[in-house]
Amino acid sequence: MTTLTLTRSRVARKDPDRYKQGAARWVVLALVVLTALLVLVPFAVMLMNAFKSPADYSGNGPLAWPKSFQLDGLKTYWQQVHFGGKLVNSIVISGSVAVLGVVLSLLNAYALGIGRVRGRMWIVALFLLANMIPQEALVYPLYSMAKSLGLYNSRLSVIIIFTVIQSAFGTYLLASVLGTFPKALLEAAALDGAGRWTTLWRVVVPTVRPTLSVLLIFFFIWTWNEFFIPLVMLIDNSTQTVPLALASLQGDRLMDATTTNAGALISLLPTVVFFLIFQRTLTRGVTVGAVK
Amino acid sequence: MTRGKAGYWWYLLPGAVAFTAVVAVPFGTNLYLSLTKWSGIGDPRWIGFDNYTRLLHDDVFWTSFRNTAAMVIAMVVVPTLIGLVLSATLFDVIGRRFGPKTASFLRATFYLPQVLPVVVAGILWGWLLRPDGAVNAVGKAIGLGEHDWLGDPKTALPMVMLVMIWVQIGYPVVIFMAALQRVDPDLYEAAEIDGAGWFRRFQAITLPQIRPETFVITLTCTIAALKVFGPIWALTRGGPNHATTVPSYFAYNAFFNKLQVGYGAAVATALTLVIVAVSIGFLKLQGRTES
Repeated sequence: MTTLTLTRSRVARKDPDRYKQGAARWVVLALVVLTALLVLVPFAVMLMNAFKSPADYSGNGPLAWPKSFQLDGLKTYWQQVHFGGKLVNSIVISGSVAVLGVVLSLLNAYALGIGRVRGRMWIVALFLLANMIPQEALVYPLYSMAKSLGLYNSRLSVIIIFTVIQSAFGTYLLASVLGTFPKALLEAAALDGAGRWTTLWRVVVPTVRPTLSVLLIFFFIWTWNEFFIPLVMLIDNSTQTVPLALASLQGDRLMDATTTNAGALISLLPTVVFFLIFQRTLTRGVTVGAVK
Repeated sequence: MTRGKAGYWWYLLPGAVAFTAVVAVPFGTNLYLSLTKWSGIGDPRWIGFDNYTRLLHDDVFWTSFRNTAAMVIAMVVVPTLIGLVLSATLFDVIGRRFGPKTASFLRATFYLPQVLPVVVAGILWGWLLRPDGAVNAVGKAIGLGEHDWLGDPKTALPMVMLVMIWVQIGYPVVIFMAALQRVDPDLYEAAEIDGAGWFRRFQAITLPQIRPETFVITLTCTIAALKVFGPIWALTRGGPNHATTVPSYFAYNAFFNKLQVGYGAAVATALTLVIVAVSIGFLKLQGRTES
């Protein structure tokens, strides 16, 4: 990597025409930065209005700079929707799905990728299909099942559903990763007398840990952002997730604009923080998924 | 590995049980329900293919698929084209002349809307586009006057499309930038020595080299566009007057608001068919161009 960059910059120095150091590059930079700013505008407007007082908002409109820095909107929203509880719900649901989904994907992929069980192509295709099926085609039966099992309006129902849906994708991805697992490592483990179970946890898992952690992070963030099935399954304050909390207040005309903005801000903050921490893994993950 | 392969079946058992309970059985049940008339209470009544014939004559159903075409433009065509231009610019110009840090910072900015729960993005935009929201405030300030962007059937769909473009743009940017790193720089150097200009190089080297990624982006985004629900729910609930209804919202509405479970199940089944057909078509096309 380093040598590559070195040689390239040497080429550049030898031939200054290669990277014309003209004014055009600044125009290009300005255009790209302008596009980036356009992407950021909605966030900026939200941020500005989240800290206003309702009187300031109704008096001066959404575009004026806040007269004073108010935390009332944030406080009102936090208390009105019991945001702490929603945060816990989201963390519990997404965390459980991430862990369980990765374990389930791993077990499936071990049999398919390393075990090479008969008919594996069909089984992988079936999991891929499960990933493509729209949730609408599952939701009503799942809703009735949850009701008759007493799991309706419980976090467990959502955890079970998303563990399976996410692991459909995880199985597909991991099976192809494990399909190219080095044979020598497996043979060495067998010579040492390791059984399949030991081989899985002592040899396979440590080797593919980077892929597993990418999957873990993706399952977490995907589940966190899910809306449709939680909307159907989780109906009251004690079970709802962060996106649902904001959505369920949306129709409420009593919500003033500052509280809406404060709510949007608090609701997207966890994902943005998560994104900043795991930016590199996430970008790597998007690419891993793309290249397969 | 002397014990053969039979023992590996055990590892599929938990997955098979879970998959059957959460995907296979509900999907089968949905298929069955689509052939019945049912309000959700009592017993479903078998009516054969009546729901499907009714669908074919339902204007709202056709509107919902027309709107899906608009979503494909907003979530696949436009973001892929813009993403292509942005990533090539970030990689070729910004990354080389202003450093990779600047490029990856800008890339992260474009990707930011992608990490939000999409319904949160919808609510944020719903507020911006409200009659008393920020967009109208700008409109008034520059003398354009007010408009109920999401309440007017003429502007509702274009506004939803705009929001989806905003949400989607970061995805192709990130993938294309990774793809560009994969392309061998020697190819560009050879082309440059042959006197090929920037656009010629882009056309003859970049585009063919990143074709696999282009396929993946168009496939995954098309599926996402066919399934879109959250933003519609948050922005317009399918209105005004069905102007922004999409199949998934149509199914949801039939299930939980109109209590026409059989009809909703038929819509969901039709949507599944379309998604599977589109995916198979894509994969076939990909297989043909690669071989």
